[in-house]
Amino acid sequence: MIMGSRETILQAIALNKPDLAELPEVDISITSHYNDVVRQFGAMIEAAGGSVFNMNSIQTLLNEISAIKEDGKFVINLFGDSDIDQLKGLNAENLEELDTCYLLAQLGVAENGALWVSEKQMFNRLIPFICQHLVIVLNPKNIVSNMHEAYNQINAASDGFGVFIAGPSKTADIEQNLVIGAHGARSLRVCLMDLVDS
Amino acid sequence: MKVGLFVPCYIDQFYPNVAVATYQLLKKLGCEVSYPMNQTCCGQPMANSGFSNLTKGCDINFVKNFKAFDYVVAPSGSCVLHIKEHLKEGAKPAELEKVRQSVYELSEFLIDVLDLNSLEAYFPHKVGLHVSCHGQRGLSLSSMSELVAPEFSKPEQLLRMVDGLELLKPDRIDECCGFGGTFCVFEEAVSVKMGKDRIKEHRANGVEFITGGDTSCLMHLEGILKRQGNDIKTIHLAEILNSVR
Amino acid sequence: MNVKTHAEAAQEFILNEPRTDWHDETLWFVRQKRDKAVNTVAEWEILRDWASKIKNHTLSNLDHYLKSFEENAIANGIIVHWALNAEEHNQIIHKIITDNEVKKIVKSKSMLTEECHLNEYLQKKGINILDTDLGEYIVQLRQETPSHIVLPAIHLKRQDVSQTFHEHLNTEKGNYNPEYLAESARIHLRKHFIEADLAITGVNFAIAESGGFVVCTNEGNADMGVHSAKIHIACMGIEKLIPKISHLGVFLRLLARSATGQPITTYSSHFSRPRSGQQMHVIIVDNGRSRQLGRPDFRNSLKCIRCAACFNTCPVYRRSGGHSYHSTVAGPIGSILNPNLDMKANSDLPFASTLCGSCSNVCPVKINIHEQLWKWRQTIAVNGYVDKSKKTGMQIMAWILSDPKVYRISGKIGRWVMRTLPFMVNNRLNVWYKQREMPEAPGKSFRDWIKENK
Repeated sequence: MIMGSRETILQAIALNKPDLAELPEVDISITSHYNDVVRQFGAMIEAAGGSVFNMNSIQTLLNEISAIKEDGKFVINLFGDSDIDQLKGLNAENLEELDTCYLLAQLGVAENGALWVSEKQMFNRLIPFICQHLVIVLNPKNIVSNMHEAYNQINAASDGFGVFIAGPSKTADIEQNLVIGAHGARSLRVCLMDLVDS
Repeated sequence: MKVGLFVPCYIDQFYPNVAVATYQLLKKLGCEVSYPMNQTCCGQPMANSGFSNLTKGCDINFVKNFKAFDYVVAPSGSCVLHIKEHLKEGAKPAELEKVRQSVYELSEFLIDVLDLNSLEAYFPHKVGLHVSCHGQRGLSLSSMSELVAPEFSKPEQLLRMVDGLELLKPDRIDECCGFGGTFCVFEEAVSVKMGKDRIKEHRANGVEFITGGDTSCLMHLEGILKRQGNDIKTIHLAEILNSVR
Repeated sequence: MNVKTHAEAAQEFILNEPRTDWHDETLWFVRQKRDKAVNTVAEWEILRDWASKIKNHTLSNLDHYLKSFEENAIANGIIVHWALNAEEHNQIIHKIITDNEVKKIVKSKSMLTEECHLNEYLQKKGINILDTDLGEYIVQLRQETPSHIVLPAIHLKRQDVSQTFHEHLNTEKGNYNPEYLAESARIHLRKHFIEADLAITGVNFAIAESGGFVVCTNEGNADMGVHSAKIHIACMGIEKLIPKISHLGVFLRLLARSATGQPITTYSSHFSRPRSGQQMHVIIVDNGRSRQLGRPDFRNSLKCIRCAACFNTCPVYRRSGGHSYHSTVAGPIGSILNPNLDMKANSDLPFASTLCGSCSNVCPVKINIHEQLWKWRQTIAVNGYVDKSKKTGMQIMAWILSDPKVYRISGKIGRWVMRTLPFMVNNRLNVWYKQREMPEAPGKSFRDWIKENK
């Protein structure tokens, strides 16, 4: 009987692999930590071409959202009263004209300005990427120092999809010139808000 | 301290002054220096070209000439590295291991074994430092720009002991000169371009001399400098350290 | 077809010296950005060590981890395929296309699909794929191959891009502004994302414990494609696996810093399950990797996470360009991977190096690249793929250099010829002499001197 590719590959690997090498102990306690994680986080977002601002109350943000909507722009607010079923049903064509998306991030990482957003927060996977502008709300208490701590806190595989977003989309493919706004969002604003009930 | 002087083949034939300077320097510093008269070559040219299976003769000859010494010193990082990593024939494994452990490049010998921290030397010139790759990355003669680690340099430490010497470093402090053994002829275009680029940086610093621990690098740079009609001269580290008023 | 050797192609590349300088300086700048970034991480060398050991461990138990990955992926609704070689990989993708009557296809960067020549394979069947990574898009329009695995268009100047976009996208002739050009690409490609029914991506890391995988981009083109399309195909080499999700902490801290000097790419997308109603496929590809696994001297080249830090630091790569390596993966890592695929065709690559060792130092997973280059040279020579004339020359050299008397006489004669009959050596047959003066030939060797001065 002819062996399928799966069996051929696995057999070749079993035959060729070296003696078992041990997994190292990844000791997080020796990794870099920041005293002021909020400041470091802000600096990294800005270095990546995004911006950070503080907001005291969610009402201020909701006012901003209303104002933009009144301007006739297509806006999606993912942490307010969203019709989840309706959002899930939106496809690429529906979302083509999406101007701004507001969503909540679960956690931020100081060493690189990354924000973890999982499917639970975005409902529709395309929304954070197809929008022209992205506004992410984050409770500064949820900022950790580095990626090791981040993975300790999130369960990266609990949702079908999750993403670390660390700035507006960009490219340097033309003679190493940095251009902000490639295919994803042209801008990222991070709104730090101490939410009472996040 | 009894030292066996290992003189790379191309130094013996084309740059004997480097070996003379090394010999005189080691004697000045109190070593009893012997030069085994039947040494030839470490075998690196063949090995680097894919023919390490042809180096048996060189290995056997090397061991024969140097096995009696606890310290074997050579003014060449690449030859010393080759012996340390690739000497494999000519004696029983234990004896081979001893020979491999006994070989030192000049600057590491002066700093690590002789523990030198001062030198009666005088060389009142602007000198550019070329960091030879095999010595640096292979023998850890100095820190490497790629790594996140404290800075140090044995050659630099020695040069700073020399009176009157103004040491200048190129922008790319440890980029390869392009010699690379037979690479220098088999990839001639890249080899020369790399050498020209090193020279450009040294020239920008206004140096009179370019120095380093490997004559192979210097020979290659000197070839280009002369063809360019450039005034900059090359000089081996040993020759500078051996210069007096 | 006569493919130029690296030396021949490099020589041509260097003929345009100003352009060579520009290429060299541009890539050196990327190396400098990398240096700046890694020096902000005090534990950088420890991270490299962890990453190296995690990969070594994974490779030593790869079959087990692949089976775990497959089991978990399938349980999550992902369809898993196995491809022995490039042909099979392409066939699998073709079948998915025809089974689903796919009309429009977008692809984000996957060096594996380049390695398998997927685009050409499908094109012969009348199926077109649009590459959406800006650098890949540019070289695709120009019908070129990428010259760098992370910066595909690094060999092109803005004038080249402008000309290409003018021809294909009708952008303003002579408008070289990178922002204008990138914006034009954004607008043009946006429609394609929206209309695509199939999106093909690579895989940066596949995680055994969850059956999921991670795709890293700065542009967001992978996500724009996969979240719009009804089918997502992710292509991975068998060596892309890591055991645990927590290991991503190590690798994501190393990858972008090594590649471009960024602390992380803009998007690090973690896929565990297809979205509702979507088909998600993973194709696991061997294509010679299990054979490399069986080579004790070269197996740990499979640790590679495709960051290209070795390209950027390599003084030879910077002055010869990726196309000189006549392979999908160029640079130092390519020179130790490609001889495994075809030793004869790639026998020149391990010699396209001075063995300076810089590559091994920048490698985030501590592949001893420069040592493997040396070892490949031995393997290639033993297998008879070194030029006969070179081999003969080496045999003669070995004979001369191992006999003290022969060595001394040859040296004496050689120097005498150089002094008295310089034209015999200083001529066009002497490659050294093309652009360099020969060293002076002294009358006495050191041995002669010490005999007189003992």
